[in-house]
Amino acid sequence: MSAHIDLDRAWRLDSQVALRPERFGALAYHFGTRRLSFLKDRRLHEVARTLGTRATAREACLAAGVCEQEMPRFARALASLAAAGMIHPQKGASA
Amino acid sequence: MSAATARSLVEHFEAGLDAPICLTWELTYACNLACAHCLSSSGRRDPRELSTRECKAVIEELQRMQVFYVNIGGGEPTVRRDFWELLDHAQAHDVGVKFSTNGSRIDAQAAARLAACDYVDVQISIDGATAEVNDAVRGQGSFQTAVDAMSNLAEAGFGEFKVSTVLTRENAGQLDALKAIADRFGAQLRLTRLRPSGRGAQVWDQLRLTAEQQREVHAWLLAQGEQVLTGDSFFHLSAYGQALPGLNMCGAGRVVCLIDPVGDVYACPFAIHEQFLAGNVREPGGFAGVWRDSALLRELREPQSAGACGSCGFFDACRGGCMAAKFFTGLPLQGPDPECVLGHGERALAAHGKGPRPMPSVDMSKRRPSRRAPRRLPVIESPPSPVIESPPSRLCDQSPVGPDRREPAHASTGLRAP
Repeated sequence: MSAHIDLDRAWRLDSQVALRPERFGALAYHFGTRRLSFLKDRRLHEVARTLGTRATAREACLAAGVCEQEMPRFARALASLAAAGMIHPQKGASA
Repeated sequence: MSAATARSLVEHFEAGLDAPICLTWELTYACNLACAHCLSSSGRRDPRELSTRECKAVIEELQRMQVFYVNIGGGEPTVRRDFWELLDHAQAHDVGVKFSTNGSRIDAQAAARLAACDYVDVQISIDGATAEVNDAVRGQGSFQTAVDAMSNLAEAGFGEFKVSTVLTRENAGQLDALKAIADRFGAQLRLTRLRPSGRGAQVWDQLRLTAEQQREVHAWLLAQGEQVLTGDSFFHLSAYGQALPGLNMCGAGRVVCLIDPVGDVYACPFAIHEQFLAGNVREPGGFAGVWRDSALLRELREPQSAGACGSCGFFDACRGGCMAAKFFTGLPLQGPDPECVLGHGERALAAHGKGPRPMPSVDMSKRRPSRRAPRRLPVIESPPSPVIESPPSRLCDQSPVGPDRREPAHASTGLRAP
């Protein structure tokens, strides 16, 4: 599994994933795989929530208040979500 | 890292969430088996059982609270006539279900129906890799019944269901064979701890793992990694020095709880005792009201004293172990687990464990042993007990925070904090 994802393309949350906001961030649950992940930052919740509406993952991160310096860590977090099948690249929308 | 994440995830969980991550729901105390170690002392149906309508209301409430999944057990949940109706209702309301069963109702038709459900997981219980070992605690013929159910699920193309085993002194030598059974059916093995809860209290001394077996189990689980699920059952073994996958904390009242067949809410899935009774879903505030406002649950979310474990260098690893195991063996809740790997539990049992142990508040054991009842173990007579009792062995899935790779919360599948 790659430790990073391409931030400069469009991604979306899997349609079977539900997010539950928490003080620490959010729970993400995939009803299809029955897999639960913890998003340990509220901004990551915001990124996941809005991912499908942004042109790129980077844009979603920036809009959620993630600064460039933090981008690699968020890219790793998103890569974990991608590996768990929680998020997917949007088809035909690569930057 | 933002201020919000300065606390660790476990610290957040210990302080409690606004809704459980998952919960255990015993749908009925009725059971067609009479397992010697049943956590919920099941057998007979309680006439006050929640009605279909009440169960559906609970499901809808869980949907509103975004409780993504429930671990349904009993008793044998499939003996409820509305079992399938409730399963459908949960699915229609975004509440995933994993249910535990002895397999007796999982015929080819039921297996096909389950295979067609997207959000349902099934857990078949066997407590030994051979009929001899299994049937001694679960009753004559129960091994074959479970294996037939596994076969039906596999043939129906269900996919990866769970094979659930409570580890005992008798089956601890069969770990590889148990894994082989799960593998044979494309299933995943789940091992849970024998707790002195329910009828389990009566066989605990005789069936609990020896110290040597505990060490072997720890090593075996470490070698399996996430291939074998444990529902965070064995976090007390972390004091050997290496933590098993999972959150390794007690989630009782903080991120998990139990609803029993009559709607009583208990903080811990393994402690159906009035001391852990938080309320009832029939109260005006419903389940959400109990979860948020119960004085007992609020207290459990406060920082807990380490008690006698405070001076132990391994306290951060095992956190004092399992509350239910301590409670039902008469040990102080602040102090070592009775199966503390450093031996502090044995000393505590010698010091405290002589007196009368708390009895489950509910006991729905059959008054008369059935023909299929386990033979080798003393058959349980219903002890005259105060009020309530609890979760069956199959629902062991719901231990504190399920560290399962799949359904429950799994620390290692959680994202590293960005």
